[in-house]
Amino acid sequence: MELQGKSVFGGIAIGKLSIYNKGENVVKRTKIDDVEAEVKRFEGAKETAKAQLKGLYEKAMKEVGEANAQIFDVHQMMLDDLDYIESIENMIRSQGINAEFAVATTGDNFSEMFAAMDDDYMRARAADVKDISNRVVSVLQGAEEGGIDSSEPVILVADDLAPSETVQLDKSLVLSFVTRHGSTNSHTAILARTMNIPALIGIDYSDDVNGKFAIVDGYEGKLIIEPDEETLKVYEEKKRADEEKARLLLELRGKENVTLDGKKINLYANIGGVGDVADVLKNDAGGIGLFRSEFLYLGSNDFPTEEEQFKAYRTVAENMAGKKVIIRTLDLGADKQVDYFSLGNEENPALGYRAIRICLTQPEIFKTQLRAIFRASYYGNISIMYPMIISVDEVHEIKAIVAEVKKELDDAGIPYGNVEQGIMIETPAAVLMSEELGKEVDFFSIGTNDLTQYTLACDRQNPKLERFNDAHHPAVLKAIQMTIENGHKGGAWVGICGELGADTTLTETFLRMGVDELSVSPSRILAVREKIRTTDLSK
Amino acid sequence: MKEITYTITDPQGMHARPAGLFVKEAANFACNVTIAKDGKEVDAKRILGVMSLGVKQGQEITLKCDGENEDEAIASLEAFLKENL
Repeated sequence: MELQGKSVFGGIAIGKLSIYNKGENVVKRTKIDDVEAEVKRFEGAKETAKAQLKGLYEKAMKEVGEANAQIFDVHQMMLDDLDYIESIENMIRSQGINAEFAVATTGDNFSEMFAAMDDDYMRARAADVKDISNRVVSVLQGAEEGGIDSSEPVILVADDLAPSETVQLDKSLVLSFVTRHGSTNSHTAILARTMNIPALIGIDYSDDVNGKFAIVDGYEGKLIIEPDEETLKVYEEKKRADEEKARLLLELRGKENVTLDGKKINLYANIGGVGDVADVLKNDAGGIGLFRSEFLYLGSNDFPTEEEQFKAYRTVAENMAGKKVIIRTLDLGADKQVDYFSLGNEENPALGYRAIRICLTQPEIFKTQLRAIFRASYYGNISIMYPMIISVDEVHEIKAIVAEVKKELDDAGIPYGNVEQGIMIETPAAVLMSEELGKEVDFFSIGTNDLTQYTLACDRQNPKLERFNDAHHPAVLKAIQMTIENGHKGGAWVGICGELGADTTLTETFLRMGVDELSVSPSRILAVREKIRTTDLSK
Repeated sequence: MKEITYTITDPQGMHARPAGLFVKEAANFACNVTIAKDGKEVDAKRILGVMSLGVKQGQEITLKCDGENEDEAIASLEAFLKENL
């Protein structure tokens, strides 16, 4: 059975469900003869409750930090609030009723007041008033505190969890929090984030789930109760991958990309938009080795203006704070088409009117992009690379257009930075001409997906060709080796930005070939770094 | 009696934590301290009352101090508001 809720923190948890035991708190109304003694009893219980909260404050300080522990300080203040105290004492004196009932009723009244407010945050405070009142009632009744009825770690299920309840929990017994109510800024949510365990809210479970085996999918906000074997397998694999990632992050963040025998290379990330930069930084990439500019064209109803492009490039450059950002110019055509710019029907689109061929045929489109890139280069460390190159002549043509763009900027007094220029090596022609091309440009970036397709003459969109389209084919590897050697001869550094760059079974091969840079998807950075750091090229 | 108005700039408004700190600050003074929003006035030394105003970012509150050391009280509380809210 699958229950849909809302995730407050991602991750996967697998284990038994256990419904939180709230402890008994039934309050009965009774008549009291000595009202002053009852008021004293309340005051004593209030002081005990405050002492408990002080203890919780200190515990929470250690677990979730000062800012989040403050709630227990606020709880202590609430217990000292004169409106609250007067209401309780007044009920005891005027109605001659027991302290438990007066506290519970007052707690309900104040909590209703908060629940009626028009602000989510304040509405959530209703739970705080209830919580402090329950605490005083528990002290008055000498009742036991709630907890987890299990000796092994469980997925804790509850109607809702008050801050005081979560902080008291034995955290080593909690795999995940699942609640029916609660909010994304509740204490439980904060605790889940700090403990780095998944948490769901809004899960409408039935009471018979207690003890059942289940999966918490904190990415999709799902609780899967009694999953079938296949589902379980999928989630076990996801969980394992998560753990691997967490381990890598812990071990490898901030470490160099250096082999055991001291060879260092650059490890950059591939991105497809401004939004990916956070992932790049989180995974500790040294730069951006491939910034696909197509997103600007594909996500639009018309050609993106120079200003739109400038903003996107500038944002990325600024966020990367001086680290290298390599922008690939327009790579439309073949499988990437837009409505506003018809490329016409082609027999062989992969061999057709695409990428640099469009740019050199319609230089106005190209110049708009180049102007935007050069303007943005003033705000960071930007490089440009050109896709689908097959000849030295094309590079000369590009250089002439770049010179025009620079002159226009100079004439207008618009500043730009020092921009490295490189080309993608993804056609066999470029590989064969790599020695000559290496003298013309600052760097090469090998696009292995297209290079494989063109070298093997295998359409990569055709699923029937999958077994022939082998990126490990010796011809592809030879082409890569040749490109690296020739690039170096001509004075260009050489990187790999295709999918093969992230293939850790080839990392050592590429290092031995002398590659200078690998650019992979952000999530693969640390796995590749680990591979580099455990490779010894001297053996 | 001293009176000032102040507009809350904290994006979260007068939420529990600063409200608690504000109440503590107010309790340091012997004079009566009240805050009011949209005509509803509460004792600034009582946290539930202060929170019940539900003051949000951009809303204006009126702070009043009346009695012993009211000058010192209003100056100190105004400084607290500017720094924390």
